[in-house]
Amino acid sequence: MRVRRVVITGMGAISPFGRGAEALVAALYAGRSGVVTFPDLGQVGGMRCRVAALVPQIDPLEIPRKFRRSMSALSIYATLAASDALTQAGLGEAARASGDMGVVLGSTIGSPGTIQEFFEDYLTDRSLERMRSTLFFQIMNHSGAANVAQALGITGRILAPSAACSTGCQAVGYGYEMIALGKQETMLCGGADEFHPLTAATFDVMNAVSTGYNDRPSATPRPFDRDRDGVVCAEGCGILLLESLDSALRRGAMILAEIVGFACVTDTSNIANPNAESMERCMRLALHDAGVAAADVAYVNAHATATAQGDVAEAEAIHAVFGGDVPVSSLKGHIGHTMAASGAIELIGTIAMMERGELIATHNLDHVDPACAMIRHARPRERREIGAAVKNNFALGGVNASLVLRRYRA
Amino acid sequence: MTDQEIIGLIDSSLQEEFELEAKIMTPEASFYDDLGLDSLDVVDMVIVLEAAFGFKIREEEAIRSIRTLGDLHAFVIAKKRKLEGTA
Repeated sequence: MRVRRVVITGMGAISPFGRGAEALVAALYAGRSGVVTFPDLGQVGGMRCRVAALVPQIDPLEIPRKFRRSMSALSIYATLAASDALTQAGLGEAARASGDMGVVLGSTIGSPGTIQEFFEDYLTDRSLERMRSTLFFQIMNHSGAANVAQALGITGRILAPSAACSTGCQAVGYGYEMIALGKQETMLCGGADEFHPLTAATFDVMNAVSTGYNDRPSATPRPFDRDRDGVVCAEGCGILLLESLDSALRRGAMILAEIVGFACVTDTSNIANPNAESMERCMRLALHDAGVAAADVAYVNAHATATAQGDVAEAEAIHAVFGGDVPVSSLKGHIGHTMAASGAIELIGTIAMMERGELIATHNLDHVDPACAMIRHARPRERREIGAAVKNNFALGGVNASLVLRRYRA
Repeated sequence: MTDQEIIGLIDSSLQEEFELEAKIMTPEASFYDDLGLDSLDVVDMVIVLEAAFGFKIREEEAIRSIRTLGDLHAFVIAKKRKLEGTA
């Protein structure tokens, strides 16, 4: 079995800060919040949350109608982000159609907005006579992956992992493994989700959504903060172009970072509640896969969504693995929880930190919760040489995933 | 509706649904070669026309022989006139 080195040579993002990885990184470093008041949430009976982090108007018209007709918002986000990642990597039509490039891209579910529109009409008389032929392609679970591959003419492997908040992290991990095993040369990897009120409702019914900052949206979410009160749901897409090191060197591509380890474990203690021991096991397995010692990790990008239990469990797990000296931050204070996209979007922020040698502190972390104080929280604009970093995502359903990144060295 | 009004409604409905430029909407234009539509689009075209005109045409045998925009104009005009005659 061949095991090859895998590097990242392109990035694309659609986030609450608009289109582009550069726009995302600039906003993160500027300490901006993408969270806004969204009064429409009040139309859902029982909903207490009125905040969300939404993608601003994105022009989809560069995607030809033939491909756009089968896309909901999440596939549009994914296609534009994937296109940007390919442009940065310098990979054109020949590479896309070579069969050596694949796609690993998932979403939490297929487009919930499209499903709602269909059923609102269908249930009036249970007739299929008004159903568009392209409806299915917008709501199938692999809608994002299939639409990206179709629109960009990518003919290799295709996989659509669906693991809610861990989807993006899993996608990168599985893409990394496919390239490491020599099955593909390049993989577009990431996650995408579009906002729907029922996403916020899902967290609201579990008492895990932010409800206390509806009049001060930029003050929430507050990962690791004593005054945090839950998740802020967001939308977007993050895409990373993974490539075998051999291919990247052969092409003379700019290498942004190397992926050296991945682990995914299932926490069977509870389908919803986080478990520190399982998180710890996940991080330790990823480090083992990477052959990187915990002492060599200079930064941990936390999942930390600002829920009462999740942040504490993750802090305990990080402390168990890394002790109290490694700086930690969560980017959800800036952009909310972009769900299936969060792993890939936050990896882009992590890679930017590695490139610049400057950390992005957790936005809205004003007073560290004593229960989360055993770890070292990154300070604003802290200078830090990051040789290796760990990225966590922990999902409802008990899906825990961790990646290990390293600065590229020949 | 006059014939011209029917043709206008057909063309505007298809332009909106399929993002077609007005200048290519000629009677001679074939759906596949000139307007760039495919089999999925033809399914949706029937739905769009049924909604615009308030009739059902999905099961009509004659629809299968339609090749050009002019064929469609003639088909819809005939259908409208037939319905008016039976009304």
